[in-house]
Amino acid sequence: MPKDLKYADSHEWVKVEGDSATVGITDYAQRALGELVYVELPEVGISVSQGKTFAALESVKAASDTYSPVSGEVVEVNEKLSDLPGLVNTSPYEKGWLIKVKLSNSGELNSLMDDDKYSKFCEGNH
Amino acid sequence: MRGLLACATLARRAAASSAPARVRHLAGAAEAAEAELKRTALYDFHVAHGGKMVPFAGWSMPIQYRDSIMDSTVNCRANGSLFDVAHMCGLSLKGRGAIPFLESLVVADVAALRDGTGTLTVFTNEQGGAIDDSVIAKVTDHHIYLVVNAGCRDKDLAHIEAHMEAFNKKGGDVKWHIHDDRSLLALQGPLAAPTLQLLTKEDLSKMYFSDFKMIDINGYACFLTRTGYTGEDGFEISVPSENAVDLAEAILERSEGKVRLTGLGARDSLRLEAGLCLYGNDMEQHITPVEAGLSWAIGKRRRAEGGFLGADVILKQLQEGPKIRRVGMVTQGPPARSHSELVSGSGERIGEVTSGGFSPCLKKNIAMGYVKSGMHKAGTELKVVVRGKSYDAVVTKMPFVPTKYYKPS
Repeated sequence: MPKDLKYADSHEWVKVEGDSATVGITDYAQRALGELVYVELPEVGISVSQGKTFAALESVKAASDTYSPVSGEVVEVNEKLSDLPGLVNTSPYEKGWLIKVKLSNSGELNSLMDDDKYSKFCEGNH
Repeated sequence: MRGLLACATLARRAAASSAPARVRHLAGAAEAAEAELKRTALYDFHVAHGGKMVPFAGWSMPIQYRDSIMDSTVNCRANGSLFDVAHMCGLSLKGRGAIPFLESLVVADVAALRDGTGTLTVFTNEQGGAIDDSVIAKVTDHHIYLVVNAGCRDKDLAHIEAHMEAFNKKGGDVKWHIHDDRSLLALQGPLAAPTLQLLTKEDLSKMYFSDFKMIDINGYACFLTRTGYTGEDGFEISVPSENAVDLAEAILERSEGKVRLTGLGARDSLRLEAGLCLYGNDMEQHITPVEAGLSWAIGKRRRAEGGFLGADVILKQLQEGPKIRRVGMVTQGPPARSHSELVSGSGERIGEVTSGGFSPCLKKNIAMGYVKSGMHKAGTELKVVVRGKSYDAVVTKMPFVPTKYYKPS
C-alpha cells in the first residue's frame, strides 16, 4: 500500500501533486469487486465532488459506484480502461488509475486517511 | 430457476466491504440477520474451503470460493463443478392419485413419462402465471420425486398442501414426504460422469438426460437425476445429510482436483449462458410459461385437455400467441442487468431486461428479458438503457453457449 497517497473510507485513493490529483480505487476494493469487465468514467471538464459518485465499475456479477475522494474539475481520464478494464485489478495504484482532477479545495484532504490509518481501517472491516 | 434468486444482489452484498462508511451502520443489523440464516449440512465444509458466505433465500450460501467467479464458470465447462444446492427443497408425492394430483398443479404430461424419467415443469396459478419451476421425476405410477426452488419453498409447500387436502377430501389418495433429512449436490461439467462413475457400480453410460435412479453412491443411498442448471452434462444427487460432506470430499478427491467447488455466482453465469430462467427474475407469478418461452414443457395431451390451474389463459396464448416474449440479447457497453429498460430504434419502450451480465465463456455481455411480440426475432436491433445512456442490443437465440446434455445418439 503506497505511503504517498491519501485514502477514503469508501476505498478510493488520491495522489496529490500541487493542485493536480490522481484518483483510483485501492487494492482492497479491487479484490472485493473481482475482475472488472467494464469501467464507466466521467467526461473531461465535468466537476466531481468529495463523497459523490463519479464512476461505475462493472464486474461479472455487479455494478459498483465509485466515490470521489476530492472535489474539482476532471482534466484527464484513463482511456486505456475502455479496452483493458482489468488494469484496475492488476495495477490499482499505477496503470489502473481512473481520473485526474484539478483540485478546488485542498483542505478536503484533511478528512482523508494516510496509509497507516487506512490499513487499520481495512483490518476493522473484516 | 434452480438454486438462485437475485444473484446480483448477492454479489452486491458480497462486495459490500467496499461500500462507503456511511453504510456501515447497517453492518450490525446484517450480522444479526446472518445469525438467523439457515445452514446446509455443508456449511462448515464451505467455510473451511474458503467459501464466501452470503444470505440467499434465508440460507447462508457460498457465492464463490478462492477462484474468481470468472474462473469458476469457465472451469465448470472445461472440467466440472460441484455445487451445494441443499437449500432447494426435495419432496416425494406418493399414492394412487399422485399423478392426477400433480397434473392438476403443473403443465407437464406426467402420466406420459416413463418410470425413472423426469422433466422440467411449471407450477401455475389461476391466472396462468408461474408459481415456480420444478424438476419432477416419475419414480413409479404412484411415486413422484420433485425439487422446488429455495426461494419459493414456503409458498410452494403451502400451495401443494392446500390442494392436496382438497384432493384427498374428494376421495383422492396422495401424501407427501419432504426430504429435509437429505442434501442436494449438483455435479456438473464434462468430468461429472467419469468422476461419479468411480463412486458407483451403476453403469451411468445407460442413464440419460432427465433419467432418475435410486442408487448407491460411495456407500450411501442416493436419488440421482441426470440434470442440472448449467447447460452441461451432469447430475443432481440427493444424499442423506449425514453423508453429504463425505460424498462431496469423495467427488473432489476422485476428480483429482479438476472438479472444483463452485458457488452461486458462477452458477448464475452458467444458467444465463445456457438461456435458463431464474425464478424471481425471468419468471414470476405474472409471467406465463408461454411468455417465458416454455411452451415446449406443456405436453401435447395437456394442450388438448388443460386440467392445470390457469389453463384457459395458457391455452389461449398458445393459440393466439402471447403479447410479450422472453428473448436473449447480446449488448454493448456496460453489462445490462435486471430492470434495464429496452427501447426500439425510435425510442419506444418495448420491454425490460430480467437477467444480464458479462459472460465469462463468451467474453461479452449477454442478457435475457421480455419484449413485445414482433420484436422477438433473432437479429432484431434494440437499445438498452444503462444509467441513462442507450447502447446497442441485438436479439439472439438461446442458449448463448451450446448445451451438452447427455442424450441417446
